[in-house]
Amino acid sequence: MKTMSTFAEAGADLEFVDISKRFPGFTAIENLNLTIPAGSFFALLGPSGCGKTTTLRLVAGLEEPSAGRILIGGNDVTNTKSFQRPVNTVFQSYALFPHMTILENVAFGLRRRKIDDPLGKAHEALRLVELDHLAARRPAQLSGGQQQRVALARAIVNRPALLLLDEPLGALDLKLRRQMQLELKSIQTEIGLTFLHVTHDQEEAMTMADIVAVMNKGEIEQMGAPEQLYELPRTAFVANFLGQSNLFTGQVTDSGADSITVDVAGRGIVVPRTRAQRHAGEVTIGVRPEKLLLHTEAPTTGAGINILGPGRVTDVSFSGVSTSYIVQIPGLGAVTVFAQNMVFGPVVNEGAEVWVSWTVDHGFGLEDEPTTGSRFPADASTSAIAIQRRAALETELEGA
Amino acid sequence: MAFAAFASSDAAVTKPPRRKSTIALVLLLPGILYMVLFFLTPLISLVITSFQAELPGGDIGDYVPGLQWQNYVESASEYLPHILRAFGYALVATVFALIISYPIAYFIGVKARRWPLLQSMMLTLVIAPFFISFLLRTLAWKQILSDESPVVQALKAVAILPADGHLTGTPFAVIFGLTYNFIPFMTLPLYTTLERLDTRFLEAGSDLYANPATTFLKITVPLSMPGIISGTLLTFIPAAGDYINASRDFLGSSKTAMLGNAIEANFLTLQNYPVAAALSIILMAVILVLVGVYVRRSGTEDLL
Repeated sequence: MKTMSTFAEAGADLEFVDISKRFPGFTAIENLNLTIPAGSFFALLGPSGCGKTTTLRLVAGLEEPSAGRILIGGNDVTNTKSFQRPVNTVFQSYALFPHMTILENVAFGLRRRKIDDPLGKAHEALRLVELDHLAARRPAQLSGGQQQRVALARAIVNRPALLLLDEPLGALDLKLRRQMQLELKSIQTEIGLTFLHVTHDQEEAMTMADIVAVMNKGEIEQMGAPEQLYELPRTAFVANFLGQSNLFTGQVTDSGADSITVDVAGRGIVVPRTRAQRHAGEVTIGVRPEKLLLHTEAPTTGAGINILGPGRVTDVSFSGVSTSYIVQIPGLGAVTVFAQNMVFGPVVNEGAEVWVSWTVDHGFGLEDEPTTGSRFPADASTSAIAIQRRAALETELEGA
Repeated sequence: MAFAAFASSDAAVTKPPRRKSTIALVLLLPGILYMVLFFLTPLISLVITSFQAELPGGDIGDYVPGLQWQNYVESASEYLPHILRAFGYALVATVFALIISYPIAYFIGVKARRWPLLQSMMLTLVIAPFFISFLLRTLAWKQILSDESPVVQALKAVAILPADGHLTGTPFAVIFGLTYNFIPFMTLPLYTTLERLDTRFLEAGSDLYANPATTFLKITVPLSMPGIISGTLLTFIPAAGDYINASRDFLGSSKTAMLGNAIEANFLTLQNYPVAAALSIILMAVILVLVGVYVRRSGTEDLL
C-alpha cells in the first residue's frame, strides 16, 4: 500500500458501509452507516456497552465486522490486517511496551515501516508532548499522565491518516484531563489528521470534537456539531446523555403553521414546529434546565412564553456557578432548574411555591415514541439460543 | 546469582520498609540448619575428598587427606570428552526442549485462555509424565528405540537408518531422552509467564505496523524472557549432570557417556573417590560460570 511507505499527507476520511458486528449472544453494532470527513475531530459518545469501542476496534482492524465494509480514504480496508492499515490507536490502557525505553516505544512504528531516522523523529514527537527529557526511561517509571502522552506521541509520530483514541483520558485526574484535552485539540489542529475519539464523557466530547455522534445500543442516535446536539436533541437518550433535560409527555392539541401545542398536565405548552420531530399524537417534549426561569409569583401569560406551575421546591443544591432546584409540580413530577448565581445565595428556599417558565424557542420535541422498548429483537443465532437456554437452566437449578 | 532469574522482580519495584524482626530469624532457622547440615557439609566434604591422595601400598579405595591438586588436571584431561558431551548434549536438548515447549506453553497460556477447562486439562497432560517414575519412562523409551522395535524396523525399511544401524546407544537417543524428560521443566515456567502475557501489547504491536512474526520476536519473546530463562536453566542444569539417559543401561553406550556417568563410575565402580569428587566440583563450577554469564547477558532486570 502506498500509504504504508510514506507519511500521510493529510487526514483521510473514514466510511462505514452497513457495518454489523455480532458476538455470540449479542449484537454490538447493527447496520452502521457513518462517514467521518477528513481532517475532522470526530467524537463517538455513548455509555459503556453501546458499541463505541467495538466500532473503534473495527477501524483499527482488531475485530472483523460480521457484515459490511470499512473504507479509509476511499480504499476498502475490510479485509486487511491491522498492521497493514494507515491507522494508529491511543489505547485506553496505553499498552506501552514495558521492555523498551520511551524512545524505543515511540520509534517502534517508524522502525517497522523502515522510515529514515526513526530516533530523530521519535525525539521530535516526544518534544511535541514535552517529554523528551524522559526518553531514556521505561514506561513503569512514568506517571499516568506522562504515559498517556507517550502513547499519544507513539501514535502521532507515524502521521497516520486516521488517529483512533480509545478513552485515552479516562485514567487521568480532572485537571490533567483538561490540560490534555487542550493539547490533543491543538495537536490535531496543528497536524491536520483525522481524529476518531471514543468517550463516555459528554463534556470531553463537546469541548474537543467538531462533530459528535451519540451512540446507543449499537446505533448512532444523533450526529452533529456539539451545540446543535445540545440545543436540539432528537431523542430522549441524547437529551439526557448530553447534559440534562426536563421531558414531558402529552397529546398534541393544536398543530399550527409554525408551532404545535402539547397538553402537559392541563397546560398548553408551545413548541416551534421546526424544533419538533413529531407533530401529532402523543409526543415527548423537553427543555434544558438552564433555560428555565423560577418565579415566586404566577407570571403573566404571554405569547412566546411557556409556564408550568405552581409547584413546590423540594431540593436546592448550590454548586458555585449555579444553583440547581428540584421543583415538584403536581401531575408532572420533578422539574430541574439551573439558575446562575447572580445574587448571594439561593433565590428561593426549600418548600417555597414557585412557577417555572421558558421561552417557546428553547423547547424541543423528540422523535421517539413515548414508550420505547428494547431496540434489538432477540438474537436468533444458534449460539445465542444455546446461551439463553443455559441461562434459563441455571436459574431453574438455582431455584430448585 | 542464578536464582535472580527465578525471583519475582516485583520486589525491586516496590521496596517494602525494612524492619528487623526476630520472628523472621526464628522462622529462617530450620532452613539455615537444614542447608548447613545437608548442603554445606557434603560440599566441604566433597572439596576435601577431591584433594585426597592415594595411600601408598593401600587397597583400592584407600585414600589419605592431602593437597593433591593434580587430581583436577588429571581428571579434566582424562574425562574431557565426557565434559564436552555433558554440556553439548545438555545444550542441544535445552534448545530442542525450548522449541517444542514454547508453542505448547503459548497455546495453553494465551490461546486457551477462553476455555479454562481445556487449559487445565492440557496442563495436567504436561505434568502427567511425573506420575510415572523417571527411570520407568526412560526404560520404556529404550524398548521403543531398541533394535527389534517397530520404530527401528520401519526406519530401516524406508532406508532412513542403514541396515546395521541402531538408535539406542547413539547421541541421538541420549539427546532425545534428555529433551523428552525435561520438557515439563521447560513448559511450566514458560506457561506461567505466557499466561500473564497482556495481549493488549500484541494488539498495540499490530497497530504499529508489526506483522505477526515481528510482533512475536519484538514483543512476545522479550516479555516472556523470565520464563525462557528459568525454563532453560531448569532444563540445562539437571541435563548437564544427568547420568540416566546417557547410561548404557538406558539410552546410551560407552560412546555417549556424559560427565555424570564418569562421576558415577568413579564413585561406585572404580572407587576413585578423589577423581569423582574433582569431576563433581568441575561440573558445579562450569555450570555456575555458564549460568552466571547467561543470566547477565540475557538482561532479565529490564523486565517488569
